[in-house]
Amino acid sequence: MKRRTLLNTTVALTLSAALAGPALAQETLKIGAVGPKTGPLAGGAAVTHWPNIELWSTEVNERGGIDVDGTKYMVEIIEYDDQTNPSETISAVTRLATQDEADFILAPYSTGLNLAAAPIFDRFGYPQVTSTASTDRVGELSDQFPNLFFLLGQNSEIVGDAVEILTELREAGDIGNRVAMVNVADAFGIELAASAKPIFEEAGFELVYETSYPLGTPDLSPVMKSAKDSEPDAFVAWSYPPDTFGLTEQAVIEELDVGVFYTAVATAFPAYKQRFGAAAEGVMGIGGVNAESESFQDYAARHMEVTGQAPDYWASGMMYASLQILEQAITGAGTIDRDTVTQYIKDNSFDTVMGTIEFDENNNNPAYWTVGQWQGDAFRGVASTGREGAVDPILKDGWE
Amino acid sequence: MIRADGRTLALVALVLAVAACLPLTGSAYWLSLGISIAMYTVLTTSWALFSGPTHYISLATAAFFGVGSYTTGIGIEYLPYWALPPIAGVLGAVMAALVGLATLRLSGVYFVIFTLGLAELVRQVIIWFQNISGQKGIYVLTKITEAQIFWQLLGLAALVYAAGWAIGRSRLGFALRIIGDDEEVARHSGINTARAKVALFMVSGAAAAVVGAVLAPRFVYIEPSTAFTPMLSFQVVIMALLGGTGRLWGPLVGVIPFTFLWEAISASFPNQTTLLLGVSFLVIVYLLPRGFVGLIEGTRRRMRAREAFA
Repeated sequence: MKRRTLLNTTVALTLSAALAGPALAQETLKIGAVGPKTGPLAGGAAVTHWPNIELWSTEVNERGGIDVDGTKYMVEIIEYDDQTNPSETISAVTRLATQDEADFILAPYSTGLNLAAAPIFDRFGYPQVTSTASTDRVGELSDQFPNLFFLLGQNSEIVGDAVEILTELREAGDIGNRVAMVNVADAFGIELAASAKPIFEEAGFELVYETSYPLGTPDLSPVMKSAKDSEPDAFVAWSYPPDTFGLTEQAVIEELDVGVFYTAVATAFPAYKQRFGAAAEGVMGIGGVNAESESFQDYAARHMEVTGQAPDYWASGMMYASLQILEQAITGAGTIDRDTVTQYIKDNSFDTVMGTIEFDENNNNPAYWTVGQWQGDAFRGVASTGREGAVDPILKDGWE
Repeated sequence: MIRADGRTLALVALVLAVAACLPLTGSAYWLSLGISIAMYTVLTTSWALFSGPTHYISLATAAFFGVGSYTTGIGIEYLPYWALPPIAGVLGAVMAALVGLATLRLSGVYFVIFTLGLAELVRQVIIWFQNISGQKGIYVLTKITEAQIFWQLLGLAALVYAAGWAIGRSRLGFALRIIGDDEEVARHSGINTARAKVALFMVSGAAAAVVGAVLAPRFVYIEPSTAFTPMLSFQVVIMALLGGTGRLWGPLVGVIPFTFLWEAISASFPNQTTLLLGVSFLVIVYLLPRGFVGLIEGTRRRMRAREAFA
């Protein structure tokens, strides 16, 4: 008998919960998120991709949701791990579009995975605002996939501006003509080195040392020793995270005496500053931010508070900006109709943590930071293609 | 016998015809699963054609697959698409012949290690070449749809089955079965074991290369790290063993449940895919040591035995 009562109570409770449910439930937007949680790119995604999604969804829901024509929509994130495998990215995005019926899908992580998913985003009409894809074929790609947007910037500009900074320092008489250039023999490093070589030569620099090393080389001391022997005025490495750290370590050991020390990817990571402390002062790399801007400082503080880690000074801000763009476009368009939202992204400018962003006719963001430098406690932008707040570069002065 | 063959053939044709209708349902989700199944069916069946009878475990699938992807990636600039999968097939076969001649005289574990290294070797060669030429990823921008890719894979599966069927009834197939049972005996009966093994390895290499070529347009962007992922080689072996390699249709009964299991795990436990996959493997190994083929045939035998007693 007692049991019966309990059962009845349970049924009653369940029923009332079910009945009360719809009345209490708010409108919800299903947002799909795909990215590596395992595989070779999981480390990078754990710094740039996932924390921003966590931060953004937390914030949106804390402030009551996204405003769509007067109705507030909470966001529900559906996450899938693509294992850094393009086949899995395709499956996951297809699953989100067809099985989960996601209202919007966030762009995946990295160039390869974004491009693999582009046909699926295109087919189902989802806007794909990428923040970690870089390509030199923006025109061709946006013709084929009109919903594909690029925020991160182009390699040719990143390289061109780095050479430009060196040229300025040379003309000011701060450094000489001798450049040691090395690169990691993998995708991005290869492309940057290939486009840098002719630009350096055109600018009248002498490449006194040039080499490449395989990705994952554990001991970079021979590279650094040879570079030092060539007595360069500037050291430039088109490097990936592990070797950015490895080369800097060796430079400290060898006390490499150069006016410019440049390492590419991961120089902008907060972990770089934590690892090298005062020795990081004056090191240049890809990326940079306007560290004085209030919106970035505020973003960095919130990032720290919600995710327990600091954002990096390159793609993190852009990743968060891509989420802001999507949110502002949904609110601005006043609808969750995806075609209207995509058109709104093309036609309008957006106020983000990285400043105002407006896409050009190729769906490309023309204004981004290209070269940054550790000055004090921040990796500050020293060159950009049209961002405000650049600081003057300083010379690298020893390793202590 | 001929009548039984005719019936099997009709059944296979019917199954393929039904499968070919999948894109007509209009569901992108089922089509994407269908592509996975068709892709792994070709890869595992062609793998089992060689590894089944000879018991040589090849981990070279990723190498051939990557070579195929790069054939389309590079060739698409110069040639019409339809010419590329056949070229990839020829390249795959040539590569398999070279590798086979060099290694198939080795046996057992040496062969496994060499094939595992092969994908890495080809990948490093491509990276080295890129480092010299300064070119990074390769773009394959085409108008080829998922449905067209699916049909191509299905056609390829039909070819692989036809080849497997023909080989099984030929002197070559007979020779391979003897090699698998005892290579020494085979050699003493006058079989040129090296040539037989190389011939079969070429079939399996060519099929994997064509799959890579057909799938390249789906990925849009080809880079060495994803084209030569070693995971692919392992998945093929695991699926083939789950099905069972003793029968031509064995790998297929491994691929289908594995694809659905993988999809269920990826969809429901996105943070624990690798863990759950490992657990599934353990369960499979303990409960199905001879694969689904063993399970099905064991059940059939038991039923027949029961009938006999009754």
